[in-house]
Amino acid sequence: MDLATFLVQCLNAVQYGLLLFLVASGLTLIFGIMGVINLAHGSFYMLGAYMAFALSPLFGDWFFARLAVGIVLAVVFGYLLEWAFFSFLYERDHLQQVLMTYALILVFEEARSLLVGNDVHGVPAPAWLSGSFRLGELMSYPWYRVFSSVACIVVAIGLYAVVNRTRLGMMIRAGASNRDMVRGLGVDIRLLYRIVFAGGVALAALAGMIAAPLSSVYPGMGGSVLIICFVVVVIGGIGSITGALIASLLVGIVDTFGKVFFAEWSGVGVYLLMAIVLIWRPEGLMKRGH
Amino acid sequence: MRPQIPFRVAAATLLVAGAGSAFAQGAPLKVGLMLPYTGTFAAIGTTIENGFKLYVQEQGGKLGGREIQYFKVDDESDPSKATDNVNKLIKRDNVDVLVGSVHSGVALAMAKAAKDNNTLLVIPNAGADAITGPMCGANIVRSSFSNWQPGYAMGVVAASKGVKRAMTITWNYAAGNESIKGFTEGFEKGGGKVVKDLNLPFPNVEFQALLTEIAAQKPDAVYAFFAGGGAVKFVKDYAAAGLNKSIPLYGPGFLTDGTLEAQGASAQNMLTTLHYADDLNTPKNNAFRKAYALAYKSQPDVYAVQGYDAAQILGAGLKAVNGDIAKRDQMSAAMRKVTVDSPRGKFTISPAGNPVQDIYLREVKGNNNEFRSVAVKGLSDPARGCKL
Repeated sequence: MDLATFLVQCLNAVQYGLLLFLVASGLTLIFGIMGVINLAHGSFYMLGAYMAFALSPLFGDWFFARLAVGIVLAVVFGYLLEWAFFSFLYERDHLQQVLMTYALILVFEEARSLLVGNDVHGVPAPAWLSGSFRLGELMSYPWYRVFSSVACIVVAIGLYAVVNRTRLGMMIRAGASNRDMVRGLGVDIRLLYRIVFAGGVALAALAGMIAAPLSSVYPGMGGSVLIICFVVVVIGGIGSITGALIASLLVGIVDTFGKVFFAEWSGVGVYLLMAIVLIWRPEGLMKRGH
Repeated sequence: MRPQIPFRVAAATLLVAGAGSAFAQGAPLKVGLMLPYTGTFAAIGTTIENGFKLYVQEQGGKLGGREIQYFKVDDESDPSKATDNVNKLIKRDNVDVLVGSVHSGVALAMAKAAKDNNTLLVIPNAGADAITGPMCGANIVRSSFSNWQPGYAMGVVAASKGVKRAMTITWNYAAGNESIKGFTEGFEKGGGKVVKDLNLPFPNVEFQALLTEIAAQKPDAVYAFFAGGGAVKFVKDYAAAGLNKSIPLYGPGFLTDGTLEAQGASAQNMLTTLHYADDLNTPKNNAFRKAYALAYKSQPDVYAVQGYDAAQILGAGLKAVNGDIAKRDQMSAAMRKVTVDSPRGKFTISPAGNPVQDIYLREVKGNNNEFRSVAVKGLSDPARGCKL
């Protein structure tokens, strides 16, 4: 592999890792702070992608308007979902959480099937991002991929700022490390949870919306994302945003180069990485709430 | 001691048995449809069912003089659940005939169960070579194709176009690997050389790393096997990476069947090989397409044809035994002797149970896979490992 190809592969790895981060960050918030094993997280990603599909004819090239409307809808949806279902799960054991969130996957898949059908649909990228630039002799790189990476970095910085620099972030971090103490200090933990959950849903939906033009929308698209996101969350340390970012990039690198160098074994590479990290640090790269 | 009880039991048994056989004559034939109704292949499952039912309706709702009663199980394209699912149909519903499925792993489990229970099985899609190879059975017939067939035909076409160095890419699972093997066989027989096989785990759709690898190796052509959402994404990513301008992308028809609306401009002018093309201008195909469109308000595709032909093959078998499913051996034999008048063109069934059929070269124009030529005429799967 020459240097140019190597650099392009690094770009691929980072781009994939960043998109993973966007989905996984929502999961690590919900999982780490609220202690709920949320198998339905992949469905929120799917929801976002299908929203992009449904909203794109309405908004045309008003891409950011489409994203904004999608995020608002996702927040409202997450807020209602927390109120109707997830708020009953906090005191329950993991088995019940798994059962209910798995049931939600089935409900969401069936609803999608009824509303949109089972065909694969393409989602157009906005015209001003649909071009590409040359990279190497034969290859070109779509601007939309660059945009998706930039968007992920912006969200990552925003998330970091909210969690580490705001009062809400302080409560979130406190809630992650000791929820009883936070409650004791007079913070409305139910409202906090509702906000965190809605935020988590919005992050997953945003990832779905950004990924839709790259991945198309199709039945069961949430399932594959869900598993890899749990891997990212576990490697990164449950509840840690920074950990999720590092883990996403690691997974991106291992997945990309695994496919190129160890084609036959590329399926196990990411899980091998997880096993090694867990042997080395059973709590993940970053500890809870950092 | 009450000796009359055994007598009463015997009498009752006789009565029930008599009623049972009388019942069987007029009773509907139980057809177990085991297809994916959720998951990646959900659309395909529905289309196959539509095609199957269309033929049955055309025959007045009967096959071989028997009414048809359907039992449905959603196999979710999940091989780990396949044995349980097929047993629901065989043991719980007591179906006479199994029809399914799309995913090869699921179909292999069905083939095993069908052999163990001596139940008739008609496979309307899954192309795993093994089903009509090492796993072949007298009671198993396929109405679709073996993965080897379209792959081999594309290899022949690619070699005849003067392609010397090719790369292949697929998901690392049976269907993909078999298709690649077929391509490699046809291509290298024609004087070409496959320089590298790329693969990624099913159903991973992160292709960017492998596209970069293709750009670095600069082959004359790429042969790809993907289906459903993966096919859409691969073809789009390939075009977005600009590779389609310098390295033609070939594949079996699944790469562009039922996916063109989503693939849009990125699939234009692609060449693929398959046992069907939407625009085959034959009276049979035209009539089929019209009837399907009328019945279901949508356009049929290759999967609809395979479902339709599955019903045709089953119908031919039932006709040979006048609807008496108990004569299973006679029926299986008749199902292999039939010449199916399919929308794809007439085809026969090989001794191993796979269609012997023409494979067409098609080109993507707009939202259609247009017929170009017959790539290989009357292509028969080699059925390696089948001892029938």
